[in-house]
Amino acid sequence: MIAVLASRLVQGLLVMLTVTALAFLMFRFVGDPVQTMSREDATPQEKAELRASLGLDLPVPLQYARFVARVVQGDLGISYRNQRPVARLIAERLPATMELVLAATLLALAFGIPLGVLAALRPDGVVARSVQALSLIGISTPTFVTGIALILVFAVGLKLVPSFGRGEVVALGWWSTGYLTASGLKSLVLPAITLSLFQLTLIMRLVRSEMIDVLSTDYIRFARARGLPRAYVHYRLALRNALMPVITVTGLQIGQLIAFAIVTETVFQWPGMGLLFIQAVGFSDIPVMSAYLLFVGALFVALNTLVDLVYVLVDPRLRTSLA
Amino acid sequence: MTAGAALARLRAVPPSVAIAALVALLLVLSAAGAPLLAPFDPTDIRTFNLADSEIPPLFAADGDPRFLLGTDNQGRDMLSAILYGARVSIAIGSAAVTTAMLIGVTLGLVAGYSGGRIDAAIMRVGDVILSFPTILLALLVAGLARALLPGADSARLAPFVLVGAIAVHDWVQYARTVRAATMVESAKDYVKAARVIGLPSARILLRHILPNVAGPVLVIATIHLAGAVLTEATLSFLGVGMPPTYPSLGTLIRIGNEFVFSGIWWIATLPALTLVILVLAVNVVGDWLRDRFNPKLRGRR
Repeated sequence: MIAVLASRLVQGLLVMLTVTALAFLMFRFVGDPVQTMSREDATPQEKAELRASLGLDLPVPLQYARFVARVVQGDLGISYRNQRPVARLIAERLPATMELVLAATLLALAFGIPLGVLAALRPDGVVARSVQALSLIGISTPTFVTGIALILVFAVGLKLVPSFGRGEVVALGWWSTGYLTASGLKSLVLPAITLSLFQLTLIMRLVRSEMIDVLSTDYIRFARARGLPRAYVHYRLALRNALMPVITVTGLQIGQLIAFAIVTETVFQWPGMGLLFIQAVGFSDIPVMSAYLLFVGALFVALNTLVDLVYVLVDPRLRTSLA
Repeated sequence: MTAGAALARLRAVPPSVAIAALVALLLVLSAAGAPLLAPFDPTDIRTFNLADSEIPPLFAADGDPRFLLGTDNQGRDMLSAILYGARVSIAIGSAAVTTAMLIGVTLGLVAGYSGGRIDAAIMRVGDVILSFPTILLALLVAGLARALLPGADSARLAPFVLVGAIAVHDWVQYARTVRAATMVESAKDYVKAARVIGLPSARILLRHILPNVAGPVLVIATIHLAGAVLTEATLSFLGVGMPPTYPSLGTLIRIGNEFVFSGIWWIATLPALTLVILVLAVNVVGDWLRDRFNPKLRGRR
């Protein structure tokens, strides 16, 4: 287990190293920030001053070292587009994305696990068959199509919920939450469903196949033969073991969800990091793009490591091999 | 395989898969034949007439018999736009899959056959790439291309950017599969024999090993085709793909999305429906192929 963790950490470091290098290369060589930031009629002297003030006249390795040093201190540069510190922009947008991702994950777990169990317990039943068919449609429908369909039906047609934005938010220190107001919760419904569908499909399929595997093991057959109550066998004995991989996948999928949130946030004009990123791509706002990349990279590495740790806590076999 | 055996195999195809394959084939053929089938050329701005804009499809009220599926906000015939759009989507998807396959198979063969440092280097690069979601990496590549190449969003360059953006992530799975299979094959006697008689490595790889590792590659390619079409559509929808002057299905949905609120639903919905049907059909066939010809891959996804 220690070896696995160590190799995870090494791989994580490798990822972060690649990501910082990529972020720096983007920062340094893509587009000319001076051109983007200065007025059209700026004199060469003004441009040179700007260049020097950005540190772009130094040798490249030195620029990279300065870049890494600044990133480690949390200084991610200044957005070309609105001339504000990128770290602050991301901090402002972070709560919106995180609340969306959290809601989507909870939805996916709340529906995915029961449906998967049901499909495993009655593999030839109506539920199982329709679940299989629906999940195939689910993975074939792009997020933005689901989002547009939901908007058409529930926002434009039935006028039940708003179709864009985050509603009213309440500030809790630097964190702004939409969980505490009625309009915030209403606004959350459609984006959260849209974002959760892909993950729901995945969790459902996973729980189903894991349950089927576990149900055919000897200890379950023995428990049944001994006449233990069905519910006890299915939920206490089988489901617990079937849920192991679900932890891993859910954890790893949170990273995917943050990336997929780019699409959901665009459809619903949800003011999160994804919308910030896509606007940056459209404007070639390199500092924001590279900061987002760094942030997501760090998050991925953290999640991967965390998932491995949780695994050790949950699976007693791994714990004993550690001791 | 004899003709009788082929027929027996065909009969074993479940009806749902047969229908999916037929639908996919029909869509691909009509998309390929778009210039012949489409009543208008949606890329030729001279055929649009603003007076014809926002006409609903024929099956809705107020339809116009000239426009079977209605028109968009510029008076562009939706049927023609969808046919041409599907053509663009399928072409970019297939090109991306082919590119990823060529890169992945080559690197996989090299990694599996040579081993050692080359192998480790290729596989580590793959690990790092796989730790990012396809869509994020594709957006980065597309975004960078726009910043680096003037006119990267033009109809001429955008397809290449899209193909690159998708292939940069997708090659890894081919490389992994081919590498593993190559390692197994390399240890077998026929490869050892080929080496002993002094055949050059390239010949051993291409003529002896490649045919034996090709099966899984084709299965992955089918499944990836659906994914590549989806990724292209997503990028175009987000505005970093095909331009509105030469739209793919994703671009059409992007255009239509602006009109969803005003009740003009067909501009977004019809291309979206086409896209979902296409991807679903390919996925059904891909799933079946995976289970049918490669039991080793079953349940691993």
